[in-house]
Amino acid sequence: MRGAKSAKWVAGAIVVALSATACGGSDGGGDTGSTGKDKSKPAGYISMDLTEPQKPLNPGDTNESQGAYVIRSVFTQLLTFDEAGKIVYTNAESVKSDDSKTWTVKLKKGWKFHNGEAVTAESYVNAWNWYAAAKNKVQNAPWFSDIKGFKSVNPGEGKTATSEKMEGLKVVDETTFTIELEKPVPYFEYKIGYSTFAPLPKVFYNDPKGFAQKPIGNGPYIFEKWDHKKLIQVKANPDYQGPNKAKNKGIQFKNYSTVEAAYQDLLSGKLDIIRQVGPKDLPKYHQDLGDRVVDKEFAGVQTLVPAFYSKTFKGIDPKVIQGLSMAINRDQITKTVLNNTRTPLKGFTPKGVEGYQELDTDVFTFNPTKAKQLVKDNGGVPGNKMWIQYNADGGHKEWVTAVCESIRNATGVDCIGDPKPDFQTDLEARDADKVKSAYRGGWIADYPLNVNFLRELYDSNAESNNGRFKDKAVDEAFRKGDNAKTLEESIKLYQDAEKMLVEKMPAIPLWQYRTNGGHSKEVANVDLDFHGEYVLTDVTTK
Amino acid sequence: MGRYVARRLLQMIPVFLGSTLLVFCMMYALPGDPVRALAGEQTVDPAQIAALKKDLGLDLPLWHQYWNYLVNLFQGDFGTQIASGRPVAEIISEAFPITIRLALFAFTFVVVAGISIGIFAGLKADTLRDRGLLILTLLLISVPSFVLGLVAQSFFAHQLGWVDPNVSDAAPWGELILPATVLASLSLAYVARLTRTSVAENLRSDYMRTAVAKGLPKRRIIGVHLMRNSLIPVVTFLGTDLGALLGGAVVTEGIFNVKGVGYTVFGALKSREGSTVVGIVTLIVVIYLVASLLVDLLYAVLDPRIRYA
Amino acid sequence: MPEALTVKDEKATEPTAAAPAPEKAAKPRSLWSDAWHDLRRNPLFVASAVLIALLLTMAFFPGLFTSADPRYANLDYYLQKPKWGNVFDKDWLGYDVQGRSIYARVIYGARASIAVAVAVTAIVTLLGTVVGMLAGYFGGWIDTLLSRITDIFFGVPFILGAMVVLTSFEVRALYVVILALAFLGWTQIARVARGSVLTIKNADYVQAAKALGASTPRILLKHIVPNAIAPVIVVATIALGGYISAEATLSFLGIGLAEPTVSWGVDISSGQEQLRNQPSILMIPSFMVSVTVLAFIMLGDAVRNALDPKLR
Repeated sequence: MRGAKSAKWVAGAIVVALSATACGGSDGGGDTGSTGKDKSKPAGYISMDLTEPQKPLNPGDTNESQGAYVIRSVFTQLLTFDEAGKIVYTNAESVKSDDSKTWTVKLKKGWKFHNGEAVTAESYVNAWNWYAAAKNKVQNAPWFSDIKGFKSVNPGEGKTATSEKMEGLKVVDETTFTIELEKPVPYFEYKIGYSTFAPLPKVFYNDPKGFAQKPIGNGPYIFEKWDHKKLIQVKANPDYQGPNKAKNKGIQFKNYSTVEAAYQDLLSGKLDIIRQVGPKDLPKYHQDLGDRVVDKEFAGVQTLVPAFYSKTFKGIDPKVIQGLSMAINRDQITKTVLNNTRTPLKGFTPKGVEGYQELDTDVFTFNPTKAKQLVKDNGGVPGNKMWIQYNADGGHKEWVTAVCESIRNATGVDCIGDPKPDFQTDLEARDADKVKSAYRGGWIADYPLNVNFLRELYDSNAESNNGRFKDKAVDEAFRKGDNAKTLEESIKLYQDAEKMLVEKMPAIPLWQYRTNGGHSKEVANVDLDFHGEYVLTDVTTK
Repeated sequence: MGRYVARRLLQMIPVFLGSTLLVFCMMYALPGDPVRALAGEQTVDPAQIAALKKDLGLDLPLWHQYWNYLVNLFQGDFGTQIASGRPVAEIISEAFPITIRLALFAFTFVVVAGISIGIFAGLKADTLRDRGLLILTLLLISVPSFVLGLVAQSFFAHQLGWVDPNVSDAAPWGELILPATVLASLSLAYVARLTRTSVAENLRSDYMRTAVAKGLPKRRIIGVHLMRNSLIPVVTFLGTDLGALLGGAVVTEGIFNVKGVGYTVFGALKSREGSTVVGIVTLIVVIYLVASLLVDLLYAVLDPRIRYA
Repeated sequence: MPEALTVKDEKATEPTAAAPAPEKAAKPRSLWSDAWHDLRRNPLFVASAVLIALLLTMAFFPGLFTSADPRYANLDYYLQKPKWGNVFDKDWLGYDVQGRSIYARVIYGARASIAVAVAVTAIVTLLGTVVGMLAGYFGGWIDTLLSRITDIFFGVPFILGAMVVLTSFEVRALYVVILALAFLGWTQIARVARGSVLTIKNADYVQAAKALGASTPRILLKHIVPNAIAPVIVVATIALGGYISAEATLSFLGIGLAEPTVSWGVDISSGQEQLRNQPSILMIPSFMVSVTVLAFIMLGDAVRNALDPKLR
């Protein structure tokens, strides 16, 4: 103790000595007190932790959840979804179609961008054409590929675009436009709820790069500043007319290098909302926060995806995969290793999306005896050994180990984690078909519909089908759903397809995500939407 | 003297080029494509990736990329980040001041506390006080710095609540005390041991005996004769240590949420932002080179026998 | 793997005692035997030697210490607290997140951690000695070239460099961690070896051997190496402790060894998450790392004191 004290004193002496000569001390913005409120936050604002968006804030170029939070506060799309995943019209008055092929969008009148420009049908059509065009090189271009004429603006590698506009988009009048699709998509209305389907003001086209540093949108919040790697600040839009008008004065998105740091600030009142409590604090956060805990499942799943080209799973009997599925003690693993951050899955679709169903099967229930039997009777796993590839930087190590040990203990198949140093390397191995035997799959709903969890992952031609699962009957079932006349019918046909998947086992569903967050005493009405993100417009300050 | 400095500066050029090339090659060898990585788990359009890579010059062969990098570097351009599109120079100028402050803080702590402890122990070599201090430094060396950091954090911040567990963005000096102490601990122990050995050795030397015999005041004997000679090996160590402190800050910065160089390099490494990693490591190498030059010049001051021609 | 350590030590002592005998027998022999004489009476040396012997036994024959399987996981025992009374029992130190016996893991973890450190030290010592010796002995442009190359590698921060190397390998096997640490680690030895060679290359016995027409390899191997090796051994022993610490640090950063390898570093990296909840999971392997590092540093220290006549 004495040693520590004198060291502290010595250090203190140095502080005095150094600060007299130091170059550029504190910027004055930071507060030094160990507790108490954050003084750099304007009154009535709320703050949430958010890591630096990977890319500049262009709606067409943002596809990760960090940037999407900011995009959704600054921009309003045609529609959004409520907590149960039902459509709520925001900028659109209505979105209608008789044949699922041609859609007519009517906009609400009198909407304005933050710079005063009116939001018109053209604001949407021009923006969507810009996002889709290959020459603009934005990541969300494939989202527009359903629209007729997409190939003419984005013809694929090595080819040159023949047009700057998609012929499928037509402006009818000031507030009406039509979208003609290449072929009918019964659930297209759901897709346009994705944040990239945002309109753009005219000033955007003068300087797209500069715009993405300080975006001007039509959303519930007006962009204020972006202090890179530190803070993004938006203020409430007083003239906003949508149903999701901000109930607070503004938001500060604060960047933390670790979740633990964010959590400490939440405890000391310097941060209002934390998106996800870090693993170090999970065991105690209920105790720390009491009724300020936000703990709810959302539409995101984690699966174990066999690589059907690998030595382990090439030509394997799906019954073996069923056996492996039954060898995993989902209940115990979610309760212990995962600290209740997940809810066990009982099918391929999570709760909270349209078309979720309870499947009548025991394939997803832990049963070590039957698991062993199924694996043994149907040819077993080649080499009696399998690997689960995961990225070591994503906090997956513990549960992958637990799943492996569960499989090993139940079936005797030696299961080993195959960590890739980071997500990039992990993805690269998946893209290049170099997964040793299976990989950790993760999928969070783009739109709250069962289709999103089935077709996008298990269709032979789906780009995210990295396990390279190919099955004619399954493709056929998906086609049927796509050709349905109505959305309801389409959902139903996809439900049938899901039942078929239980016999084919393109993946082993494990669990669905939960958000384990919390908020400070300063705010109330903190709730989550269908994909586990906070509805920030509803949050109020005390 | 002037010629010596000029020659040393000239020698720095190949070392500087070599280090940048080394780091450049290492980054080039990394698996994982920074452009592909941007898309995450979402679908990717290969055409778009190819186009982006062409824009960034990432489709060129290694030597050509390195050449472009050097040409830009000599024009003061550190390149641009792939994902954020921000100039690397801006990223560096955000990250460096905090880490330099942390490292200098730690460095001062190392110098002041390390040398004091060393002299304190060395003056009474082989006594209980000396043995005790030696064992203490041994313990400091054996405990990995992340363990020390975590323990210090949970004890001083979580249990006692004396300090904030995290350093805020402005990183005021007060919040840097704990991270700087942790960062300094290893070097501090080394410096203390070095000083102690050197002092103990020099105490038995002839010139010390002469000085004592001449009846010089004790303060002068220790302050001028003993210190000046004992500090030579310590200065050598300190010269190479500043660079190590900058590099070692990765761990400390991670524990205490300091957004400095370590945090930036760690992030850049994960997202394969080659130009950022190369830029930062290059700067650390330059700092190291300059520091070791200064050390050699300091020799001349400490030891009059050394003259640089 | 740890065999390398014992073999190397013996080699270092024996040929040096015997080899220079024809020309200058008295001086080197007395240095090494004096050192040995000193060491045996140094309590620090005895303590560290006993500790290292114990750790090596753990690495070679973990079965002697526990019958539990370090990989066997049973979530029924999830995070069970240590039962300090049940000394040497598998639940003595409690269970980790996977429900594995921490005691068994600590015992079995010694092997990987020590293997990494010993292998890195062996590579680094060999490479560093060769580079340093060539630079120091030949001087001239060889020295300039080798010294600049050493500078290049020395300037790159150790942990940062190791991080980059580790990231560039997709697998997390022992050899990758060994390579990553050795990649930048050899420079320290090279510098020490160069300095050491410089001080003895003009010694009478070397000049005498030259005058007698001994070939360069012979001079290097028979005269330079045995006489210049002492400081290298000291630095290497201390560095060995440092590599154990470095392996754990890399694991702490999440890029070191990985499951199913059982190592202290792996357990430290997963133990972090329980720091607030159950710190013993992190602290027990950290303690083992610290003790091992301490043992090697004390050994290095004792050897240095014994070999350095100035301190006698």
